[in-house]
Amino acid sequence: MLIKQKSDISGSEITPERVYMNRRRLLKSAGFFGAGALLGHSANAEEIPGNYARLNNVSKSIFSTNESPNSFSDITSYNNFYEFGTDKSDPAQNSASFKPKPWSVTIDGEAEITGEFSLEDILKPHTLEERIYRMRCVEAWSMIIPWVGISLGDLLKRFKPTSKAKYVSFETVLRPNEMPGQRRRILDWPYREGLRIDEAMHPLTILAVGLYGVDLPNQNGAPLRLVVPWKYGFKGIKSIVRISFTEQEPYTTWNAAAPYEYGFYANVNPQVDHPRWSQARERQIGGGIFEPKIPTKMFNGYEDQVANLYSDMDLRRFF
Amino acid sequence: MYSLTSKQIRFVIKPIFFLGCALPFFWLLLAIFNLLGQRLGPEPITEIQDHLGIWGLRFLLVTLSLTPLSKLTGQFWWLKLRRMSGLFSLFYISCHFLNYISLDQGFAWKYIWEDILERPFISIGMIALLLMIPLGITSTKSWMRRLGKKWYSLHRLVYLIAMLSCWHLWWQVKLDTLEPLVYVVILTTLFGVRWYYRSR
Repeated sequence: MLIKQKSDISGSEITPERVYMNRRRLLKSAGFFGAGALLGHSANAEEIPGNYARLNNVSKSIFSTNESPNSFSDITSYNNFYEFGTDKSDPAQNSASFKPKPWSVTIDGEAEITGEFSLEDILKPHTLEERIYRMRCVEAWSMIIPWVGISLGDLLKRFKPTSKAKYVSFETVLRPNEMPGQRRRILDWPYREGLRIDEAMHPLTILAVGLYGVDLPNQNGAPLRLVVPWKYGFKGIKSIVRISFTEQEPYTTWNAAAPYEYGFYANVNPQVDHPRWSQARERQIGGGIFEPKIPTKMFNGYEDQVANLYSDMDLRRFF
Repeated sequence: MYSLTSKQIRFVIKPIFFLGCALPFFWLLLAIFNLLGQRLGPEPITEIQDHLGIWGLRFLLVTLSLTPLSKLTGQFWWLKLRRMSGLFSLFYISCHFLNYISLDQGFAWKYIWEDILERPFISIGMIALLLMIPLGITSTKSWMRRLGKKWYSLHRLVYLIAMLSCWHLWWQVKLDTLEPLVYVVILTTLFGVRWYYRSR
């Protein structure tokens, strides 16, 4: 396993390198127009609005990337969260009335301990960790996000899954009153996702409760969402209300909507194209209009950590 | 029935229509340079791409709606705007293509070629653009004279181009087909109006 150096600067204090480089480029051509989309956006702790509660006792993680994160505003204004609408700006615009508190999660299926638990009880025994992860969307764009969350594996073990627990499935809350996107049957609501148990138990897999050191904004899946950094972003189900241990491979929403385009595994793989576009390269968000695409890495750059999970599988077939 | 004079068409209607057609392009420039409070979002290249493509399709539909409009209103000056509208559509679609090969793909010909050959929605868009080019070239009076009756047969390609363009948009959306559906309904209605007047 690849162990990376700890960084003692929190993600929120760094200006993204690519933004910095862009500034230099712009300064070189000073005198040419204003700023605008020619430039990327800067990321500072100051720009985080005060209405988000700061999370305390967040520890660093060796799993964080050294790359500098996208700005808070990029991460919270460019979202795929169809429950709030299909445009990237819809989740930020339409999620203000969503109530992530109080929250409870039902845990059921093949485990010794099941039931409905308040979010506080779910989180209590765990240490919050900052995990700065690459996020690669199936639409061929990417961001770097400083999540705050807990290890999913540590959480799942507390409920003592039985030997029949081969998969874990997740379900998003169904609240058409607060989630206008759910009033149109674009997808088969509620959104559902799933992982194989070994994927769910992998140390990289987390349940996030925050980003940039504050509570998760509604548009990012408040109050609890899945983050699996080596998979396409749609696997990261948001606003989770149910976690079930199952024996069979669970139903997953995008796979059911378009089985030829979105597989159950959805591992980031530059060699397996989406039927309608190439997955070989990706656009990094926040770079401005002259930022070239970068090559996409196998398993989104987490190959050393996760390739062994799929060693005997044909990844073209199980895409 | 009251009709506009050729002076009114030339010095009032056409300049106003020109400005209207150019407006989406001016907005794009404002947004790219963050002027007058306009801005593009975190992924500006895709926004530029979608904006140019959508307006290209819209002006194609405007072009096709001018003949039905003149029939419905009994005012023939609408027809005088067809060339400008069509050329604006070609302009937006050309910018859409240029943005795709430059800012979006960064002139990575290997990937561009792969896209055009292997991704049907891009192939269809490419065919639509290629078909538009001869229409743009032959849109002048002298070409009309030179081609005579053949000019009309050639310019009937615009129907095919409009259908391909709607198809191109439909195929590239991930799931929410509401907007392409609206354009298909408009296109079908325009065909319907034409068919009605032809069969009368």
